[in-house]
Amino acid sequence: MAGLELLSDQGYRLDGRKASELRKVQARMSVFAQADGSAYLEQGNTKALAVVYGPHEVRGSRSKSLHDRAVINCQYSMATFSTAERKRRPHGDRKSSEMSLHLKQTFEAAVLTELYPRSQIDIYVKILQADGGNYSACVNAATLALVDAGIPMRDYVCACTAGFVEDTPLADLCHAEESGGGTSLALALLPRSGNIALLQMDARLHQDHLDTLIEAAMTACKGLSEVLDGVVRQHLEEVSVLTRD
Amino acid sequence: MRDTPLSNCERRFLLKAIEEKKRLDGRETYDYRNIKISFGTDYGCCIVELGKTRVLCQVSCELVPPKDSRPTEGIMFFNLELSPMASPAFEPNRQSELSVTLNRQLERCLRNSKCIDTESLCVISGEKVWQIRVDVHVLNHDGNLMDAASIAAISALSHFRRPDVTIQGRDVTVFSPEERDPIPLSIYHMPICVSFAFFLEGSYLLVDPCEREERVKDGLLMIAMNKHREICSIQSSGGIMLLKDQVLRCSKIASVKVSEITELINKALENDRKIRKEGGKFGFAESMPKQRITTLKRDKAPVEMTDVEETASDIVNTTETTTEPVPSPVLVGMGTAQVGEGIVNSWGLDEEEEEDDEPQTEDTKTDEVMVISDSEEEEVVILNEVQKSKKTSKQK
Repeated sequence: MAGLELLSDQGYRLDGRKASELRKVQARMSVFAQADGSAYLEQGNTKALAVVYGPHEVRGSRSKSLHDRAVINCQYSMATFSTAERKRRPHGDRKSSEMSLHLKQTFEAAVLTELYPRSQIDIYVKILQADGGNYSACVNAATLALVDAGIPMRDYVCACTAGFVEDTPLADLCHAEESGGGTSLALALLPRSGNIALLQMDARLHQDHLDTLIEAAMTACKGLSEVLDGVVRQHLEEVSVLTRD
Repeated sequence: MRDTPLSNCERRFLLKAIEEKKRLDGRETYDYRNIKISFGTDYGCCIVELGKTRVLCQVSCELVPPKDSRPTEGIMFFNLELSPMASPAFEPNRQSELSVTLNRQLERCLRNSKCIDTESLCVISGEKVWQIRVDVHVLNHDGNLMDAASIAAISALSHFRRPDVTIQGRDVTVFSPEERDPIPLSIYHMPICVSFAFFLEGSYLLVDPCEREERVKDGLLMIAMNKHREICSIQSSGGIMLLKDQVLRCSKIASVKVSEITELINKALENDRKIRKEGGKFGFAESMPKQRITTLKRDKAPVEMTDVEETASDIVNTTETTTEPVPSPVLVGMGTAQVGEGIVNSWGLDEEEEEDDEPQTEDTKTDEVMVISDSEEEEVVILNEVQKSKKTSKQK
């Protein structure tokens, strides 16, 4: 669609960022008292809330429990007011089911599930405002919530989107850039080992540009992991100061 | 019904074979199975056979009001059904995880990549547009449903012809196929999905996994590309850890495979067009081999026969022969034989009863009636061959 210039001549994007700049990330952990772990994350205008319950006994059918690992149960939903047009079906439609499935698979690979056989870990994520990078915000919020719940993981799971405009990769896309019809790649990464937990890309991209695009997404994820690490450490400082007399 | 779980030894066998770079059907790591594309008598109907996996796709169209957000574009609707005839694991009317994954991937591969010009499907802007509906049914599941479904969908879309319309002011006239030739859809490019299955923590990968291989996989990477080397969609699933080099390597392999498959599709379309033009017979009935309605072709499976005799004789020579000879049976009476002598009864019973047992292990004396069982409830008596006049008594 013409009209919106995703990258100006001086190298500025629609919201004034440079091509490889991430949006401002703000996060808080332990926002809910009832849940074992919770986190609220804002990535630019995208706001995501994640809540973790567990590990606890497998609810529902016993047949779902695995004898040597924990089962991870994920539910992804978007608030009805999160998008520009009111969403009629917050969860249960195919897109949400697919996202829940991807979240589940991502965290099954990252969480040390062998330590909790025959139990279940629930991760619930809700998008309060969707402004591009929904999946990434979910993954980042869920990572913080899992850290808050004290569930051991192999590494932080950081996710970020990346796009491609006129031979320049853009990091961390907002909604206008995503729906503009250009390429968008969502990547979930374990920063220390460089392992890609999930890779999802839509729209056409020439094969030769794939390398630069993945590289840009990985750099963005590594930057994000440092931000998340800072948030966790700051939260620990706050909590330990409070409990110290 | 639930699918029978895979036994541990079968799992180990498959993984060991993959480690040794061997596949069940003798293919190489990057080989596809035989792909056969056949079209039906109606435009837009196509069956794809990928080895034994069979998928049917039907494309149909309808005039509907457009979406509010896009008044000048037609609508594409995709639906993939896992029919219960394909596998005992598929249940009707149940939206399983697999069904969601396949549907979403098909949508992303075909809709988001904009392979069809949706603006050309508009008849009256804001009021009437064509809705193209693609229905894919899985007829037989032998692995790699995604690839087969994507090939079937794009072949059917390329084969499909929609009715011609004319607009006079506000009136829309839809011509039937007899009145005016139907028009094909305008397709920009053909995205084809290629699946890579990863095994043993991502160290081994296989292209086009069959059903058994799919069961032991760690995860899947699906890359949809077209023959211009443009990647239309990438999706990794199953929670595997990938490295960037693996993804790049897979995309290179995918580009080769996609160009081969696109050639195949174009050839099949060309053949069909030629036959229709010449007025020959076309349709599914013609594309099946004669005299056999329902069977699949049975391909000869290559078996490695070198060194078979040597290895067999080695095994025979190195096995230990049994040292203890098995005693041959001794005929004790009519209907009763005894093999071996048995060991001394170690139940610690009274002497009296032991004495009763001992005579049984000796050869019989002609006039004796033997009591075999110790149980008080049963009394089984054996008669020797000579004494047929004595009656047997069985008391329970």
